[in-house]
Amino acid sequence: MTFFPEEVLEHIFSFLPSHQHRNSISLVSKTWFKVERLSRHRVFVGNCYALTPQRLIARFPRVRALTLKGKPHVADFNSVSPHWGCFVFPWIVALAQNCPSLQEIKLKRMVVSDNSLDLLSRSFPNFNSLVLVGCNGFTTDGLAAIASNCRLLEVLDLQENEVQEGISQWLSCFPESCTSLVSLNFASLKGQVDLTALEKLVARCPNLRSLRLNRTVPLDMLQKILVRAPQLVDLGIGSYVQQTRSESYVKLCNSVLNCKSVQNLSGFWEVFPPCLPAIYPVCWNLTSLNLSYARGIRGLHLNRLIRQCQKLQRLWILDCIGDMGLEVVANTCKDLQELRVFPSDPYNAISSVTEGGLVAISIGCPKLHSLLYFCLQMTNAALITIAKNCPNFTYFRLCILNPKMPDHITLQPLDEGFGAIVQSCKKLRRLSLSGFLTDKVFLYIGMYAEQLEMLSVAFAGKGDKGMLYVLNGCRNLRKLEIRDSPFDDAALLADVVKYERMRFLWISSCEVTLGGCKALAKKVPMLNVEIINEEDQMEENPDDSMKVEKMYLYRTLDGPRKDAPDFVWAL
Amino acid sequence: MEGPVIYANDLNLKATELRLGLPGSDELEKQSPPSVKSNKRASPEMAEDSRLKSSSTMSNAENGDQETAPPAKAQVVGWPPIRSYRKNSLQAKKSEADGAGMYVKVSMDGAPYLRKIDLKVYKSYQELLKALENMFKFTIGEYSEREGYNGSDYAPTYEDKDGDWMLVGDVPWDMFISSCKRMRIMKGSEARGLGCL
Repeated sequence: MTFFPEEVLEHIFSFLPSHQHRNSISLVSKTWFKVERLSRHRVFVGNCYALTPQRLIARFPRVRALTLKGKPHVADFNSVSPHWGCFVFPWIVALAQNCPSLQEIKLKRMVVSDNSLDLLSRSFPNFNSLVLVGCNGFTTDGLAAIASNCRLLEVLDLQENEVQEGISQWLSCFPESCTSLVSLNFASLKGQVDLTALEKLVARCPNLRSLRLNRTVPLDMLQKILVRAPQLVDLGIGSYVQQTRSESYVKLCNSVLNCKSVQNLSGFWEVFPPCLPAIYPVCWNLTSLNLSYARGIRGLHLNRLIRQCQKLQRLWILDCIGDMGLEVVANTCKDLQELRVFPSDPYNAISSVTEGGLVAISIGCPKLHSLLYFCLQMTNAALITIAKNCPNFTYFRLCILNPKMPDHITLQPLDEGFGAIVQSCKKLRRLSLSGFLTDKVFLYIGMYAEQLEMLSVAFAGKGDKGMLYVLNGCRNLRKLEIRDSPFDDAALLADVVKYERMRFLWISSCEVTLGGCKALAKKVPMLNVEIINEEDQMEENPDDSMKVEKMYLYRTLDGPRKDAPDFVWAL
Repeated sequence: MEGPVIYANDLNLKATELRLGLPGSDELEKQSPPSVKSNKRASPEMAEDSRLKSSSTMSNAENGDQETAPPAKAQVVGWPPIRSYRKNSLQAKKSEADGAGMYVKVSMDGAPYLRKIDLKVYKSYQELLKALENMFKFTIGEYSEREGYNGSDYAPTYEDKDGDWMLVGDVPWDMFISSCKRMRIMKGSEARGLGCL
């Protein structure tokens, strides 16, 4: 192997499918390390504080596509203040200075300022793809910079970010010379866009495959867009309200008939259900349908729509579909692989789906492997049945809306039900628990969930053994988040070596004390231990027995971060 | 300011208690809308007590009164685990519908611009419909439960807080007032279609 020229090694490495593989082979020898790092173009950073931008660039100077993930998963649910950190600006600065051939950036849960977007848009002449998921801190002015300056832009994909309105009409900033767009997703933006500019943009981008509109784009404009872009594969509908006798609606029906390639459908931010038949012609070919923001589609209209979609593999829906609607799904969508049922009224604990709906799905859709299910009630029997029917789960996330709900028939904890899931689903990688649970469920998880990488626990457990079972048993565990559970310092300190193999550990509202965290920090100098205390001011010398509100522990190469705000205390 | 729920220190024996009703139905009965909840305050002694017990798990006195307050499901920070973007879009719809003002937009098919009316001003459907007839210079037909509005080309419809389009007149006036987000006077056979789903 030492006589292979490096070009050959590089070529061989290019066939490696994943980052993990590349990470592994770079440990083989110094030569391999060098060849690998100089040829790695796609870099994934699971925690932006795991290393500094400078270190990343030093190792992978030829990075062309970078994915950065920022705040911990719980930040999605407002458990972490927006000022906690994960600012992308220093990354952009470093990359601008050292990696001018950067082409793609994907950011998740990071704080992105307009300045960052502006700098990004000016620093990389080949830049062509920007994907922002769950980010905040920018306005439409930042988007205007991207539109104006990235001459080769192909992808602008904005998913569920908090975007403030700026001054600019960002969509109008795409110059006439921009004809390269492949994917444009602004579905989650609140503000108006210039509709004429939108139509012209669509007309001059022949490679456009994916277009997701926001609620301010009316049905007439949708029709015009479909005429310009019948080649769309991924369509997000904005507003879908029109009289069915109107000329505009009739035109829409005709335009849809020409759209033979649509496989993903989403949106319907506002909808007049009698108009739905206009899109039936694309339903037979749909593999992905996201109606999780389409509150206006329900009851008979929804069922009718679902019945058209026999090839569906992914369905995101609101719980207003009800158990009956889920039976329609079970009878129609035999290829279903991923299902997400979101709550439409979580704060008043109203839901039309129960364990019955999920059991029906498990019977009708044996290929199901990814589930997110919000409901009000569950039983062990149902979970056991589901585990038997669908042994292929890789992602299983069940959220019973009220904390600590037991089996609603037997009033037992749901340990057996979740136990059945982990025992049956040998490929399970991600699990979210809810309901009334004792330490037994953690025993099962430790025993059976060998492939488990991420575990989310809330309001569970009876003592501290639970955490030990999990840490000992789940050798592949990388991410663990626990809230409102009786885990204490003993549990935290029992096996600290395991934490070095994990991306992060999050503990909030448990029995962990400041003293415990300090002890932990001493034992694991390679890890950052951060205490977040947003509500009460930190006293001058807080007592070690003080319970810690939130603790975030993560692996890092570069020590405590320098941008932590006042309410974050790095130990 | 919301704090984590009281359960952290509590075995929550209630959850395993044998009762005739469905577990959880207790919570549902005691349920009160979020706006009421925010007015509940535990007595100062209880608040202090709870602060001494565990300063981090009970930072909010509201949840100290665990006997009578429904389980604080609406106020637990970060629960249920819904992305904040989605949560905000749910809450936006709610606050729009809660009638911060009773002004709703009214559009009429064919008219060049929309109008706004204050629903609070009217005491009944009759008054409202008369006002609409005057505003837009047209006649609404006779309402019947079975057939909707008969006798004219127009039918008044409204969008409720769930985003559904409904025929005006089907529900009691008070329910209409609290759920109407905006109105649209539909023309032609379109409107008649609403009656026969």
